[in-house]
Amino acid sequence: MNNIIAAPMIIPILIGILLIFFRRFTLLQRWVSFGGMAASAFISIYILNQIQSQGIMRLDFGGWEPPFGILFVADSFSMLLVTTTSIVTAVCLLYGFSSIGEKREKMFFYSFVNFLVAGVNGSFLTGDLFNLYVNFEIMLLASYVLIAIGGEKRQFRESIKYVAINVLSSFFFLIAIAYLYGTLGTLNMAHISVRVAEVGQTPILTVIGVVFLLVFSLKAGLLLYYWLPGSYSAPPSMIAALFGALLTKVGIYAMFRVFTLIFYHEPEVTHTLIGVMAALTLIGGSLGAIAFKDIRQIVSYNVVIAVGFILVGLAVATPSAIEGAIYYLIHDMVVKALLFILAGMMMAVTGTAQINRMSGLIRNYPAFGWMFFIAMLALAGVPPLSGFIGKMLVGQGAVEAGSYILVALAFISSIFVLYSLLRVFLNCFWGETIIEVEEKVPMKKGWLISCALLTLMIFGLGLGAEALAGYVSSAANTLLNPEIYIDAVLND
Amino acid sequence: METLIIILTGVLVSVATYLILSKSVIRVILGTAILSHAAHLLIITMGGLKTGGVPILDNGHDTFTDALPQALILTSIVISFAVTAILLVLALRTYQELGTDNLEKLRGFYDE
Amino acid sequence: MKINDVILHAVTKIVVFIIFTMAVYLFLSGHHNPGGGFVGGLVLASAFVLLFLAFDMETVRHAIPFDFKYVAALGAFIAVASGVGSVFFDAPILSMTHGYFVLPIFGETELATVTLFELGVALAVVGVVVTIILSIGEDI
Repeated sequence: MNNIIAAPMIIPILIGILLIFFRRFTLLQRWVSFGGMAASAFISIYILNQIQSQGIMRLDFGGWEPPFGILFVADSFSMLLVTTTSIVTAVCLLYGFSSIGEKREKMFFYSFVNFLVAGVNGSFLTGDLFNLYVNFEIMLLASYVLIAIGGEKRQFRESIKYVAINVLSSFFFLIAIAYLYGTLGTLNMAHISVRVAEVGQTPILTVIGVVFLLVFSLKAGLLLYYWLPGSYSAPPSMIAALFGALLTKVGIYAMFRVFTLIFYHEPEVTHTLIGVMAALTLIGGSLGAIAFKDIRQIVSYNVVIAVGFILVGLAVATPSAIEGAIYYLIHDMVVKALLFILAGMMMAVTGTAQINRMSGLIRNYPAFGWMFFIAMLALAGVPPLSGFIGKMLVGQGAVEAGSYILVALAFISSIFVLYSLLRVFLNCFWGETIIEVEEKVPMKKGWLISCALLTLMIFGLGLGAEALAGYVSSAANTLLNPEIYIDAVLND
Repeated sequence: METLIIILTGVLVSVATYLILSKSVIRVILGTAILSHAAHLLIITMGGLKTGGVPILDNGHDTFTDALPQALILTSIVISFAVTAILLVLALRTYQELGTDNLEKLRGFYDE
Repeated sequence: MKINDVILHAVTKIVVFIIFTMAVYLFLSGHHNPGGGFVGGLVLASAFVLLFLAFDMETVRHAIPFDFKYVAALGAFIAVASGVGSVFFDAPILSMTHGYFVLPIFGETELATVTLFELGVALAVVGVVVTIILSIGEDI
């Protein structure tokens, strides 16, 4: 019995509920949320190390043994993501303290951030397909509120569409669960995997797999990303940073879990489909990233490109590609949060989102400018930074598997990422300054501290890749050998 | 019986599709509500409708109805209730703020 | 024009208590028979909604002087806490237990911790439903 692995979900839920009672005490709300995130980060690191020594941990809720009850399963892959989620959210909260504004803070903002994180962590940890749906919904309900909080016109316009598209994908999720339950009679992921292996992946199961692929690609923005740039550019930058860093990653996680644990018998169908969709996503995202002048749109399309890139790793599914995808997933959570925060700061100091109306920011705010430069290099995959190892391993895996088209597209998309951000950098940071010394908006301490922390993490992930290697290879090992996961859940 | 319910599910899905494709926000919301009902009916049909007695051991039945789908749809009804409520509040606030419930006029304009 | 709603007022005053009783009955019967916290909470909420419909908001607010948002939060807290509480008894989270006690008036009664969880659900449902209806109804 490992009650501790529920902590990353329980702590945010309890804090979120309790903060509702302390609506007026903004300072208390801030630091309690921050403390809770920090605590769940430390607990996740502890669990991660426990897993290395004693294998996958599981918690059966209410003592109902699998496959009958709901359970949480903590393996290296999910715990790596839970840890990153908690840390990134803590840093985003630091940025939020000085950017989100008193009005929104009084509208239960911190409660909903906590619920969002609870849903995200729960989705990473759960070992039951229906529980995954429930956690998705917790996360989505919180995000529906967060996207509309504050009530600007732009937010309402985008939130209706965002909610509608997610309700539709939830419907498909339920349909897929119903089909799967009708076919196999179980919802425990490990048990499903055993039964699929017993009867063989019949065509009907493959079709169900494709329905799941549809659901998760809507959530992750794989090919079906048309809703993403609009929705992610509507809310304030701190919320957009959380969305960009966390929400799509949950869809990606679910895809990795389902297509390595359950539907891995017919890779010619499912994994080829994922590969094609990833390729199209890379193309579409790259075109979008260079097409717009609105900084929010550019950054949102960069999220789309990253989704495509990570799923190239799943599509080829060789050991090094999976490892690379995991590295890149962690890197992307950190760097997307940083990128959204930087974009938010640019809009805050210039008062516009159009890159052709900004110029010479680096003269006013040198540290800010160089951090943008570092984030750009990390996204492009320049060696000492965090993006490099992931890109290299995914590329290596794809070459081993002989998917040369995917390799080419993945690396061409990196050039597009570099180009789109370089264009922002040259337009906004280089050139004559447009901000007079007197009019200069002072850079708030919280902004710089949160950015500096994320930049340090980029360096840390790049230089300390060796330290992560043990965890990542254990995660990839579990993903590639489903029997380890099944053993831990069903046979002990 | 199962066949009938499946057909009913299909009818509900087509009604919902029609409503979702219309321009008015309220119709879209009604469409999503009907869509979730269709999904719930499908789940309970997939578990088998009435294959035996109440799943309590000392009731003197030999066969039992699967209780899990009912637990699943109860959860999912609660969730769809919450989502519909949020959508309604959102639609109302959007209407007050933007003065329209026509989705054609709610298109986002990029590079505004 | 002033609407004559004497009948509605008179009926509401009586019916609300019937609905309350019904809600409590549904809530308690949920342990072995159809019913439970969610349904009980919905019925209870319908009683509040009827009050808000029959009388105007200020009157009801004056009579029921608490914010339903906090009721929802309290309910959610009770529900989560009843699940997490099992940590202190060295049992997996969400473990529930029950036992038989001899109470003064009721005689031998079965008491279960699930009832606590259900109470939380009921309060949360009441709070959420009334909050939603009020926030939609308030500013039209």
